[in-house]
Amino acid sequence: MDFSFLSDPRYDVLGAFWVTVQLTVWSAIGAFILGVVLAAMRVCPVPLMRGFAGGVVNIVRNIPLTLIIIMMSQVIANQLGLRLATRQPGVNPQAFLDTQNFRLAVLGFIIYTSTFVCEAIRSGINTVPPGQAEAARAVGLTFTQVLGIVVLPQAIRAVVAPLGSVLIALIKNTTVASAIGVSEAALLMNTLLENEADKFTAVFLVIAAGFIVLALPTGLVFGSLAKKASVKR
Amino acid sequence: MTVAGPSDGARPPMISMHDVQKHFGTLHVLKNIRLDVPGGQVVIVIGPSGSGKSTLCRTINRLESIDSGDIAIDGVPLPAEGKGLAQLRADVGMVFQSFNLFAHKTILQNVTLGPIKVRKMSKKDADELADSLLQRVGIAEQRDKLPAQLSGGQQQRVAIARALAMKPKVMLFDEPTSALDPEMVNEVLDVMVSLAREGMTMVVVTHEMGFARKAGDRVLFMADGEIVEDGTPQEFFTNPTSNRAKDFLSKILTH
Repeated sequence: MDFSFLSDPRYDVLGAFWVTVQLTVWSAIGAFILGVVLAAMRVCPVPLMRGFAGGVVNIVRNIPLTLIIIMMSQVIANQLGLRLATRQPGVNPQAFLDTQNFRLAVLGFIIYTSTFVCEAIRSGINTVPPGQAEAARAVGLTFTQVLGIVVLPQAIRAVVAPLGSVLIALIKNTTVASAIGVSEAALLMNTLLENEADKFTAVFLVIAAGFIVLALPTGLVFGSLAKKASVKR
Repeated sequence: MTVAGPSDGARPPMISMHDVQKHFGTLHVLKNIRLDVPGGQVVIVIGPSGSGKSTLCRTINRLESIDSGDIAIDGVPLPAEGKGLAQLRADVGMVFQSFNLFAHKTILQNVTLGPIKVRKMSKKDADELADSLLQRVGIAEQRDKLPAQLSGGQQQRVAIARALAMKPKVMLFDEPTSALDPEMVNEVLDVMVSLAREGMTMVVVTHEMGFARKAGDRVLFMADGEIVEDGTPQEFFTNPTSNRAKDFLSKILTH
C-alpha cells in the first residue's frame, strides 16, 4: 500500500488532527458547562425555566448535526451577521474565515452536544436519593446551593461513563465541521481522496486510525474515572 | 412535670401550629392541628403508621408544604419559600430515619457544610466546632471517613452533630432509630437524652417507649391525622383516655 502522501508537504495530517483535537476540547468544555446549566434549569422549581430548557433540548437534539453546523454558517453568520472573529480590511480574508468558521463550528457543537450532556446529568440526578436534597434544605441551604453543592456533584459522578460516550461521539462528530470548511481531519481526507484517488484504502486507514487513537483512550480513561468517582452509599 | 400551655408568659412558644391542614390527594393527613411547644420542652409523637406523625414533624420546617393554617418558629411565621425559608430552616435541626448524610462528603465536611455556607463561618472555626460536636457524639476519630464507611448508629450520630452545628433553636427527629440495628439504638438514644437534659426543644417521632418515658415531657398520640391525646408520658402510658390509644398501647406493650 502506498502511504507516500504522509510525507508530502502539501498534506499536514498531524495538523489536521490537531484541529480536530482543538474542536473537541473547546466544544467539550462549552457543552459541559451549558449542559449543567440546562440540567439545572430542567429540575428547577420555576415552570418557565423548566419549559424553556425542555424545549431547547427537545428541539436541538432532534435536528441532525450537519444541519446545525450549516445553519451556524449560513443563517447565524451570513444572514444574521454574527461575527466571531475580527476582519482586517485590506488583508486576505482567509485567516478571518478560518477563525470565524472554526468558532462557528465550536458554537454549533456546544449547542448540540450540551443537550446530550443535559440528559445524561438529568438521569444522574434521578440516582441521587431525595433524602440528600431534603437534608441539604433542612440545613438551610438555598435551592442553588442544594443543587450546586449536594445534588449535581453526586449526579455528575454517577454519569461519568455516559459522559465519556458523549465525548467520544463529539470527537467523531467534529468531522461535520468540514461541511463549513474547517480544516480538520475529515476535510483533509476529502482533499486526499480527490488528489490521490488511487490511494483510497491507505487514506481511509490513516484517518480511521487517527480517530481510534483519539477516541479509544478517552473511553478507557472515562471508564476508570467512573469507578473512582462513583459515590458509595 | 407539667405541660406548659400557650399562655406561658410573654415569650412566644418555640413552635406554634394553628389550624394546620394538609391533604395528599384525597387523603386528609393533617386535620386541624393546633400545637404550642414552649422552649425546652421534649415532645414525643406516637401513633400507628399512616397517622400523620412524620408529616406533622416535616411540616414544622416545611419539608412538607401545608394547605392552610399557620406555623411559627420562636414567634416568626414560616415563609412559604425562598431565602427567608432557608434561613428559618437553619434554626431548625432535623434528623431523618435514613440519616441522609451527604454521601460524597467526609464526616467532617458533612458537619461543617451548614456553618460555612449558611452561617458564613470561617473554615477554621467550623472545623473546630465540628470536632467538638463529633467528640461529643463519640465519633471524633472517624472525621475523615465517608458516610458509607460508618455503621448506621455512627451515621445517625453524625447526623445529630450536623444538625447541632447550626446551633438550632429546635430539633426535629423523624423516627431516628427505626432504620438501625437493635444494638445501635441505644448509642443514638443516649445522645438524644443528653440533648433533652440540656434543655433543647425537641419534637421526636418515635416508637421507642422507653425513651419517651425517660426523656419526654409530653406525649402526643396521633391517629388519622389528628392529635388524639396530649399529656405527660406518665398519664399517657398509665391512663390513656381514648380507645385508639388504649388499642395502640395494648398492641405494642404486650410482648
